Amino acid sequence: MTGAFRTPDGGRIDRTRPLAFSFDGRGYSGLRGDTLASALLANGVHLVGRSFKYHRPRGILSAGSEEPNALVTIDRGAGRITPNLRATQLELYDGMRARSQNRFPSLAWDLGAVSNTVAPLFPAGFYYKTFMWPRVFWRHVYEPAIRAAAGLGRAPVAADPDRYLHYYAHCDVLVIGAGPAGLAAALAASANGARVVLCDEQPELGGSLLAEAASSWLRETLDTLAQRAEVTLLPRTTAFGWFPDNLVGLAQRVTDHLAHPDPQLPRERLWHVRASRVVIAAGAVERPMVFAGNDRPGIMLADAARIYLRRYGVKVGTRAVIATTDDSAYAAGVALQQAGVAICAVADPRTEASDAARASGLPLLLGASAVATSGKLRVSRATLSNGEAIACDLLLMCGGWTPSVHLYSQSRARLRFDERLQAFLPGEWTAQVRSAGACNGTFGLEACLEEGYAAGDATGVRRHYAPPLSQPTAQPAVASGKAFVDFQNDVTARDLVIATQEGFRSIEHVKRYTTTGMATDQGKTSSMNTLAIVAGLTGRPVPSVGHTTFRMPYTPVTFGALAGAARGHLFEPVRRTPIHDWAVANGAVFENVGTWQRARWFTRNGEDAHRAVARECRAVRNAAGMFDATTLGKIEVTGPDAAEYLDRLYTGSFARLAPGRCRYGVLLTEAGFVMDDGVVARLAPDRFHVTTTTGGAASVLHHMEDYRQTEFPELRVWLTSVTEQWAVIAVQGPLARQVITPLITGIDIAAEAMPHMSVREGRVGEIPARVFRVSFTGELGYEINVPADYGLAVWHEVHAAGEPHGITPYGTEAMHVLRAEKGYIIVGQETDGTVIPTDLGLDWTIGRTKRDFVGKRSLARPDMIRADRRQLVGLVAPEVLEEGAQLVADATVLPPIAMLGHVTSAYWSETLRRPIALAMLSAGRARIGQTLYVPMPDRSIAVRVTEPVTYDPESSRLHA
Amino acid sequence: MLLIACPWCGKRPENEFRYGGEAHIARPLDPASQDDAAWAEFLYLRSNPKGMHAERWRHIHGCGRFFNCVRDTVSDRISATYRPGETPPR
Ligand SMILES: [Zn+2]
Repeated sequence: MTGAFRTPDGGRIDRTRPLAFSFDGRGYSGLRGDTLASALLANGVHLVGRSFKYHRPRGILSAGSEEPNALVTIDRGAGRITPNLRATQLELYDGMRARSQNRFPSLAWDLGAVSNTVAPLFPAGFYYKTFMWPRVFWRHVYEPAIRAAAGLGRAPVAADPDRYLHYYAHCDVLVIGAGPAGLAAALAASANGARVVLCDEQPELGGSLLAEAASSWLRETLDTLAQRAEVTLLPRTTAFGWFPDNLVGLAQRVTDHLAHPDPQLPRERLWHVRASRVVIAAGAVERPMVFAGNDRPGIMLADAARIYLRRYGVKVGTRAVIATTDDSAYAAGVALQQAGVAICAVADPRTEASDAARASGLPLLLGASAVATSGKLRVSRATLSNGEAIACDLLLMCGGWTPSVHLYSQSRARLRFDERLQAFLPGEWTAQVRSAGACNGTFGLEACLEEGYAAGDATGVRRHYAPPLSQPTAQPAVASGKAFVDFQNDVTARDLVIATQEGFRSIEHVKRYTTTGMATDQGKTSSMNTLAIVAGLTGRPVPSVGHTTFRMPYTPVTFGALAGAARGHLFEPVRRTPIHDWAVANGAVFENVGTWQRARWFTRNGEDAHRAVARECRAVRNAAGMFDATTLGKIEVTGPDAAEYLDRLYTGSFARLAPGRCRYGVLLTEAGFVMDDGVVARLAPDRFHVTTTTGGAASVLHHMEDYRQTEFPELRVWLTSVTEQWAVIAVQGPLARQVITPLITGIDIAAEAMPHMSVREGRVGEIPARVFRVSFTGELGYEINVPADYGLAVWHEVHAAGEPHGITPYGTEAMHVLRAEKGYIIVGQETDGTVIPTDLGLDWTIGRTKRDFVGKRSLARPDMIRADRRQLVGLVAPEVLEEGAQLVADATVLPPIAMLGHVTSAYWSETLRRPIALAMLSAGRARIGQTLYVPMPDRSIAVRVTEPVTYDPESSRLHA
Repeated sequence: MLLIACPWCGKRPENEFRYGGEAHIARPLDPASQDDAAWAEFLYLRSNPKGMHAERWRHIHGCGRFFNCVRDTVSDRISATYRPGETPPR
């Protein structure tokens, strides 16, 4: 037995395949081919949820993705709990566990429903009006209370264990929707071998044909399409958004319908389809009618009832009243009557019976409409405008049809209002986008097929189809009582009255004030009723009210699908140096610098960070340290005009830099601000090796390419990123030369032969090497560059050679301390995009004789020569200051107080045995010797302003 | 995501490109001769039109080259792309 309301035969369910499922913990049985909604209805379950604000009992309104009420949570175990799914779209599988939402403690007995009976608690604008004061209450009192009372399902807490993939596809024609129009379009488009993708949100292709008698045309069409090699058929795939140049996002649900998914399969695929032409055949959504109590369980869209009967073999009730303004409801009524449902009355506000109405033979009440309902957890009586009250367990409504123009509208094409359908329709076909079938306002099977063929055919021309025979009338303007317009967000016709009474005219404002159309269903069933009511209230025709923007996604898309593989360690590429694994094995603690992982320090014998860094600093100052500097950006600049080019880019002069020599280089933006720094080494007259900061490598190359290509195209110069090609091992300390001497061949590294700021090409053993004599520590230092693949081998060799001298690997933290002792800046730490070389005491880097370089003119702008610019200074403080802390002149004045500058770097200096700091201070150089204050929450710290260089100011150690 | 026609590579998706600001703002040949106002205008003032905008793009994840592009800032529609040095199509 699969439910008392299952018909004895008919439908597309497989009656030989019963499936067990549970809803709110209670077991039921359904059939293969059911949705959760049809299986619940087959068991007589209409009450499936509580409404968003008023906690009103709600049933299943529709049979498709437009469903605003029947939102459920599917529980497949930890991390696989998905809230807010539409029961009308969920394919039943054996063992499905579904839960209703927004109810406490249970659906039938819900405490929140008190807000339904007590005063009008949540009218339009309620949030704005009620919670303005006091502000602190909002976060701590109102918001938690509202979130607990109103809302959707709960997001899962555990990490999602499933996989999601992104697919990229190109096609000639993408057809969205596999109803008659879409199928015809796909047939026509693929007839000549064009590449076609046909997608549909449903598990079966066929659209409205799935609720008709079995059709050989459908079977043959699907066979034909399946046999065409260039056709891709994608059921369970929602086209959720149109993006510029015909890029369409498709969300394909791969395993959600399976009881035991193949673990090899992803849960969903997100397709990026770029199509030459898009044919939209998305169908239309039936419109509810707006009357008091139009939201009780058992009140359903008329055609949805017909679909449940025809497609799923479910009789959704026994005694029905129909309220309609559209002829399609008569077909539904006849179908249900034939299945044994008593149709008690059809209320049709039109005064003349249409042909369909007459032919139906149903008990017709012309000029009548539904005005009220009663019933607690299910509708039990419908009251009509003629005063008649009819006992029923089913109320079917149809207020006409709203073409699904969402994707068309997203394609930035203009919609036009159709008086006949009281709906917005797509405009003319364009080269990129065509609409066909019901979404284009074309109804009737024959017309849809014909229009579909034309839309699919590259040369097809659109015909304009005759209107349906009947003239649906507009909705009555406003009904009394709780007449719902937007079911999901609990917006009533009364709310729209309040909004217009309070002066809102723009439909976008009415939408935001009342929240109509802003729920996850994006107003699929409510938008046209909203427009019609607002038009009536403001005395304007619907077209001048306009429509709100149709935004993607058409139906909600999971974060998993959007993220795809870009999560966890694949979220961003991680770059590791060749020495990384050695560092891991030797106690390194890492930090991320850009996308690189760099060793901050190496812990030995359980020492803490402070002790490790202090030990590493002592080693560099007293003996030798080794440091993995591989992450430095490296750019090779070659060509006969390379020196001239660098002269134009950097502040310094390179034209007369001899091969074999290096120079510190500062790169400015055109606005004069320090952008990056590094070492420019001349290997040959036409070849330079330029280093950049670790984080700046890509932007520096971009900046250089910009000027090379667009401002100085006459220069014969080429730029090559070689960051990844070279591993860099820095050996720093008074014993550095002794350490590397036995390793280096082909280079005389004696102090006089290879002075500070020089470069040589030679070998480490058999391995080609570029050896720089440079220092970022203030000690004698070398940076050995070897091809990256040899980086680890050479690291080992240096380490072995250095062991007798006490060589100590150090990390970025020690490097920072050592350079700060020496007053060397770090771009991005001392600088923030507003700092010029003068501020940093780097005037000496500027080639004064150069006519021009990028940024030079800006350095002469009035703001750049102000005396109160912030300048780099050192600070002597009694403790290690907080980086970013502010500097003020007076400790006794409470904030607000003028800020003179801020601390940019602060460390414990093991060398000086005291805290050190660098700061950017207004007129800093003139304040050297002064005492300033660092205000902290509980005290002020007195600091003395000093020169930035606190270690070896004569730089005698560099030249050792 | 836009499709952008690199003048060398052809149509490629937008995420292969990097935006480069307004086009046809030539760096003065002799910056030193510019007064402060003229230089500030070169640095900071842009036309920011509602409508057709000539702008620079770089095919940074492709051939690496800069080129110019005319894009409607309202519709995002690109009406032309062309190489540096070429005059913008009318
Ligand atoms: Zn290119």
